[in-house]
Amino acid sequence: MPRTLLEPRFQVEHLSILDSEGTLDTALEPKLAPDELRALWRAMLLGRRLDERMVRLQRQGRIGTFAPLKGQEASQIGSVAALRTTDWMVPSFRETAAMIWRGWPIERLLLFFAGYLEGGQPAPAQHDLPVTIPVATQLPHAVGLAYAAQYRGDDAVVMVYFGDGATSEGDFHEALNFAGVWQVPVVFVCQNNQWAISVPLKKQTHSRTLAQKAHAYGVPGLQVDGNDVLAVRVAAGEAVARARAGQGPTLLECITYRLGVHTTADDPTKYRSEEEVAAWERKDPLTRFRAYLEGRGLLEAGLEETLDAEIAEAVRRFEATPPADALAMFDHVYAEPPAHLVAQREELARRLAANPAAPPADSDAVPPDATPMRGQRLTRR
Amino acid sequence: MPKLNMVKALNTALFEEMARDPDVLVLGEDVGVDGGVFRVTDDLQRKFGSQRVIDSPLAEAGIIGTAVGMALYGLKPICEIQFSGFAFQCFHQIENHAARYRSRSQGRFHCQMVIRMPYGGGVRALEHHTESEEQFYAHIPGLKMVIPSGPRTARALLAAAIRDPDPVIFFEAKALYHAAKEDVPDESETLPLGRAQVAREGGDLTLIAYGAMLRVALEAADVLQTEDGASVEVLDLLTISPLDRATLVASVAKTGRAVVVHEAPRSFGPGAEIAASIMDGAFLSLEAPVRRVTAYDVAFAGFAREKATVPDVPRVVAAARETLAF
Ligand SMILES: Cc1ncc(C[n+]2csc(CCOP(=O)(O)OP(=O)(O)O)c2C)c(N)n1
Ligand SMILES: [Mg+2]
Repeated sequence: MPRTLLEPRFQVEHLSILDSEGTLDTALEPKLAPDELRALWRAMLLGRRLDERMVRLQRQGRIGTFAPLKGQEASQIGSVAALRTTDWMVPSFRETAAMIWRGWPIERLLLFFAGYLEGGQPAPAQHDLPVTIPVATQLPHAVGLAYAAQYRGDDAVVMVYFGDGATSEGDFHEALNFAGVWQVPVVFVCQNNQWAISVPLKKQTHSRTLAQKAHAYGVPGLQVDGNDVLAVRVAAGEAVARARAGQGPTLLECITYRLGVHTTADDPTKYRSEEEVAAWERKDPLTRFRAYLEGRGLLEAGLEETLDAEIAEAVRRFEATPPADALAMFDHVYAEPPAHLVAQREELARRLAANPAAPPADSDAVPPDATPMRGQRLTRR
Repeated sequence: MPKLNMVKALNTALFEEMARDPDVLVLGEDVGVDGGVFRVTDDLQRKFGSQRVIDSPLAEAGIIGTAVGMALYGLKPICEIQFSGFAFQCFHQIENHAARYRSRSQGRFHCQMVIRMPYGGGVRALEHHTESEEQFYAHIPGLKMVIPSGPRTARALLAAAIRDPDPVIFFEAKALYHAAKEDVPDESETLPLGRAQVAREGGDLTLIAYGAMLRVALEAADVLQTEDGASVEVLDLLTISPLDRATLVASVAKTGRAVVVHEAPRSFGPGAEIAASIMDGAFLSLEAPVRRVTAYDVAFAGFAREKATVPDVPRVVAAARETLAF
């Protein structure tokens, strides 16, 4: 019997429209309305400003550990902007900018990162899941949501976020496989920011691209310049349209870079060079998009100040609203609290009543200069 | 005798055991170049190379599954799971395989491996970074479950765990990593697994604790001594499973009263097994029911409210007073 070549041939498309030099491929340039372009810019800039503000809040002990997104604004906003509010958004833990786009109030996210469970509660009508911390575990949920939407005959699409490291977990592969077999409307958005904490992509996978992993499951996978918001918007728009038209899932690999620390507890100088970071700073997604908008006369004057004021107002609201006392921890364990939990809640209530000055307060807040955090650069743009 | 914190003490044990036995290797996420997110494996890769200190892809099932294979071949892998909250991703490899190969192969194979994980609260961290899950492992036949209470026990128990022929789950309390420094002998030492220590002698009541809760128990014993004149014995379990029932029973047979302290949620936690073991072995000596001071049965309270659920000194003192007055 001969050796025969089977049909599948794997090629991975890479899409780039506006490159880091500001060169624009006018044939591919999407015809987005000026208002949408301005909205994308506003969301990216807000993401950046808030991120830098949150790093400072963490340093001052006003919130706990969090994962900055700096450098990934185009990947997040370009993709999430392709959704309707009735679609579903499933974040991991670094999607602050995309979550704000989806309507999460800034003060709620701050509450979350300050260690209060209430910060994880989506608004009643919101089609968004809260932050998921165990890497890749949210991917099967997205596939299940998409199956359910299809089952109910809703035309909702589900978009799920994760990183390059997540593609090593079994849940990633199982989710892609289920999505392929079921042909459900889900868009997998991989923000390939080159690092999973200290592990570079080349130690994460021997594959040339992450996009090609989809092909093994019979799912389209393509790569896009994740620092080019126009390219991400186009690719995500196509994937969402395909999903909505009943043509199944897509994996989008956004090539981007985490310019900051992995989390505020991380020290990247241990594992990557200043030169590498500097090279990616030259590919900053904000720089090229700002120049593009400027060229088209779409830049609003004073937007930075407006956004900073918006952030300051949210921080004020976050700090002005004291969260409920510690008894809130029992609120949503079950629909109906069983007897033993009722008893435990009563015990805590007695303790709090006997000693009202004692915790719940987060009395261990670190003093402003407690944790030296190298490697996080604050830039002003 | 150098004074070391627990991170450094664990790091020392890893250096010593790797130098002692070429079959010992380390694998996990960020354990090499980064030295682990808590720096427990710092500098190991520089010393022993990337074949023995492996930065693995981000996959817990892959880490434990491949380590089982290495152990079946005769190597002695030490796996790091970055936080105990992420070990559910490899729970099947632990329960289905690491714990069972000896019995499945009827002694032909076994898994000499250690799975290290940081556990517990006290570091203002998000969900899955502050929980205590020792009960899951203590429940599995074929596994040993070890939790040191400070730098010296950490170094000695880690060395013992690495040399133990059975799979050992080794929990490291994050709250202790940088807490106190302790004198740690120049020479490598081990402590027997499955043996508790009497951390403080007393005759009126036995406090049973382990890991980060040992400090809480010792401070509570001080308070009870000075304010109530009560003489409290404190047991440091060190190994949760197999439980040192003999030491437990001997202490309670002497004191007649016992309070168990742990950070894991109460229901079906280690406290239940400890209380039952005391009933089995010292029922006729008991003057009061065995009490438990534990975290509440909530999955995660949020770190801002953690102090309200994790046992603290006043709660332990109150429970001890009620037990003494029973
Ligand atoms: C299952 C699991 N294992 C380990 C961790 C600890 N951890 C948090 S983020 C991270 C790296 C994630 O890398 P990647 O998927 O590339 O996302 P990025 O952080 O770069 O956005 C690790 C190992 C975790 N959260 N979940
Ligand atoms: Mg990454």
